[in-house]
Amino acid sequence: MPTKEVIVLQDLLGPNKKIAAEIRAELEKRGILAVNLMSSPGAGKTALLEQIAVRLKTEAAMAVIEGDIETERDAERIRAKGVPAWQITTGGACHLEAKMIGRILPAVDPGLDFLFIENVGNLVCPASYELGEHLRCVLLSTPEGDDKPKKYPKAFTTSDVLVLTKADLLPYLPFDIDKVVREALDLNPKLRVFVTSAVTGQGLDEFIAFLLHSRDELRRRHA
Amino acid sequence: MNSSPSSSIRAMSSGAVMHEISIVAGLFETLLEQARDHNAREVTSVRLKVGLLSGIVPELLASAFDMYKKGTIAENAALEVETVPLGVRCRACGAESRKEDFVLACPSCASPDLEIVQGTEIVLEKIELEIDEGAPGETG
Repeated sequence: MPTKEVIVLQDLLGPNKKIAAEIRAELEKRGILAVNLMSSPGAGKTALLEQIAVRLKTEAAMAVIEGDIETERDAERIRAKGVPAWQITTGGACHLEAKMIGRILPAVDPGLDFLFIENVGNLVCPASYELGEHLRCVLLSTPEGDDKPKKYPKAFTTSDVLVLTKADLLPYLPFDIDKVVREALDLNPKLRVFVTSAVTGQGLDEFIAFLLHSRDELRRRHA
Repeated sequence: MNSSPSSSIRAMSSGAVMHEISIVAGLFETLLEQARDHNAREVTSVRLKVGLLSGIVPELLASAFDMYKKGTIAENAALEVETVPLGVRCRACGAESRKEDFVLACPSCASPDLEIVQGTEIVLEKIELEIDEGAPGETG
């Protein structure tokens, strides 16, 4: 039987990248800054979003897309702060993909300032999938340990921002904050680092000021 | 601000627990298309290039491929995976380098201002097909 070799040269992540680019362009047209939050489960993504919701209330309009394997719990927490939230349950899948965001996009209020996307809790798989975000934030909580950037490099090399969370626990933990920042910056010298606590409020004003500045920059670029 | 117009979306029902499975699902869409376009009876070999920074584990990709191929046109296909190192171009000194680690600093001048030119991709490079004799269309 005749055989044939076919050169294909197709990026298998290409379809996701294409949808992500369309989402990014659509959000830019509306002047909405999209932020993709990635971390292990329990690092405090939802708690950070709750604090941002409370502090941004008078200054800017936001909405949240929540990604989880099961349950509406995170979306309910966000709605309790008066912020629109959509819950995506992946039914087992370890990450969000751009097409899932694309399905929600038509329902997103065009007057928003920020669309936050809380990825499935996982420090590995989400890093491979662009969702149309303008800022990729990786969160690392102090109880997880200060050895994580080098153990999970892709999440740190592909992010724009590192948010260290649960800083209020630092007095009780053998967590070397200088080491984490140094190792994260070794991997990715362009990372912006914020040290925060959703309990004490530490670092939140600085992080929110950075978000507002990033929104202004986006609107200037796409005016 | 208005309160929630929100909803719940069930995104996947496959129970896929590693993202290599969604990569392989996309791969099989392409394989079926290619087989159809070339009137192939069977896909006998598949060659992928996986970037060091693609976030894909070649071993898991191979397991997902073996699980997925049963009962398909690629049931007997051999999978070959080549790992591609990170390729960077320095915007400061212009040097192009290959990196086996993830440290994003130029090996020549230490500048962090790098453009990643290779290593984030998962590319289906080539396939081998068995062509149905006597079928219409091009048969190389």
